[in-house]
Amino acid sequence: MTSNQPARLSLGPVLFNWPVDRWRDFYFRIADEAAVDVVVVGEIVCNKRAPFIAPALDEVIGRLSAAGKEVWLASPILVASNRERTAMHDLVDCTDFAIEANDMGALMLLEGRRHAVGPFINTYNEATLGWLARRGAVTVSLPAELPAESVEVLAKAGGETGLAVEVQVFGRAPLAISARCYHARAHGLHKDGCQFVCGNDPNGMPVRTMDGQPFLAVNGTQTMSHSYLCLAAELDRLQAMGVRQFRLSPHDLDMIRIIRTFRDVLEGKRDGRGTVKDLEAIIEGPVSNGFFHNAAGAVYVDAAD
Amino acid sequence: MRSFELICPAGNPAALRAAVDAGADAVYLGFRDETNARNFPGLNFSREDLAEGIAYAHARRVEVYVAINTYPQAGNLAPWHRAVDDAARLKADAVILADLGLLDYASRTHPGLRLHLSVQASAANAEAIRLYRDAFGVRRVVLPRVLTLPEIAQLNSEVEVETEVFVFGGLCPMAEGRCSLSSYATGLSPNRQGVCSPASHVRYEPRGKALASRLGDFTINVFGEGEQAGYPTLCKGRFVSGDSTAYLFEEPTSLNAMDLLPELKAAKVHALKIEGRQRGKAYIAHVVASYRKALDAFDKGMAVPKIDLEAVVEGGAQTTGAYKRAWR
Repeated sequence: MTSNQPARLSLGPVLFNWPVDRWRDFYFRIADEAAVDVVVVGEIVCNKRAPFIAPALDEVIGRLSAAGKEVWLASPILVASNRERTAMHDLVDCTDFAIEANDMGALMLLEGRRHAVGPFINTYNEATLGWLARRGAVTVSLPAELPAESVEVLAKAGGETGLAVEVQVFGRAPLAISARCYHARAHGLHKDGCQFVCGNDPNGMPVRTMDGQPFLAVNGTQTMSHSYLCLAAELDRLQAMGVRQFRLSPHDLDMIRIIRTFRDVLEGKRDGRGTVKDLEAIIEGPVSNGFFHNAAGAVYVDAAD
Repeated sequence: MRSFELICPAGNPAALRAAVDAGADAVYLGFRDETNARNFPGLNFSREDLAEGIAYAHARRVEVYVAINTYPQAGNLAPWHRAVDDAARLKADAVILADLGLLDYASRTHPGLRLHLSVQASAANAEAIRLYRDAFGVRRVVLPRVLTLPEIAQLNSEVEVETEVFVFGGLCPMAEGRCSLSSYATGLSPNRQGVCSPASHVRYEPRGKALASRLGDFTINVFGEGEQAGYPTLCKGRFVSGDSTAYLFEEPTSLNAMDLLPELKAAKVHALKIEGRQRGKAYIAHVVASYRKALDAFDKGMAVPKIDLEAVVEGGAQTTGAYKRAWR
């Protein structure tokens, strides 16, 4: 049973195309200053970007590990081309590191090996969770669109099998993945000659409706929410359900301060609801928690009980 | 010997009969609830409808596949288990599933039941397909609409299961089963409730001479005077990024791969699927008969006749989608 274990904070992989120096510096700061227990690293959105971070990867993993962080390497979300498949095999076969699988192909290669299941593998119910646990999964990160009622059932089922269930509590919600690059398309380019225009938007490219209402954010082949998913006000309820691991998705923001805020709420030093306005000020944009409250994902539901 | 199996949609018993009569090799359909990914009001099959549909189809040597391809709700697995049990009891020729837990249930509870992997499972590589085959004995995989023809050929050279691909109808530009766009805007999810851009959340707003189409709280398109107003499917909407207003994800268009039959054959695709369980029987009869005619000509080694399907495609526009690399 995991019920008496302390809550852990994890940091998901950087989903955006940041210059390698910025990417490395970000993780060095996380290693030195951030109160996270787990750090998930790797390029999971676009295989074309993977060579950019490759030169700094060993250094980053070393620094994070030396700082006492548990490091996981994440597998890509969508694996179709031979190049993507080769990268997936290299990741799973050639590293001793713990892997977070984000595609069923990676999961197949990890059979019998201790591994994590990322939020891009569809874990919607306890039968799927049990099947994943029997195959060696030790952590399962739930899809962002799951409502509280499902999270509760899954946290309980995870507790019974000794598996940790993780919930994303901060960051733009990943909404879709495609073989097509929308960043390139918006710039009149094709994926093959994309000129890496996704690098212009360190938090994703804003997508508005024709009425000017902010709606989505494009990150290469990925589509995300405009609003930042934020479950700070729900942390107490999540803990009461038995969720013990909480994931923040990195953005080009003061992540150290954001992580500190969530840590303070977990440790009872701050009230979760009271922090939401502070977080909105850091983000300079709206937050949302609708998925958790069984509403449209884009809305923010005041979690007053 | 037919080159391909032709798999056709049936949203109701009349559409099933239309598809069977027009030359389908198999029809696929779902129960009238959240267990299938086309859970629209007034559509789908009761248990009695299914029994009658199977009798009608089997008498004409046509197979019936039952799609139970949403992701079962935590704490409430029974409706999905019952759907699998009833499909097996009523002698469906296959069930089309996406959820790992449900595949596990079906393979253990009904070892004789033929399992197909739904496109909603988004199995886009040989390793993933091997997992579904080894773990559950899946016999066929419906491939997501993100693969190019060379990728499909490569995949078929490596896996021992049949593959089925979409050749006609609506086009999802996102990897299926991994898209929460509709859920973000409306709270109803393709994966959970089996609906995408549901009609219950659609509104049309006149604005002077223009017309806006809205989904939930978001404007999906604004049509000028004389422009034909389409349905606000979220990923086929017009949006603003930077200084430009455009169909950012995909134009309102339909997939039509009829010209690609030789390439699909060379890629060793087993079955061709027509999308459109929400369509009426006239549409089904027309599209299925057109494809039957094309496939019969292809099987005889004759040139595939030019068949005009423009009248029935979305926005009057057609694409070969991800099959051609340039789509990306």
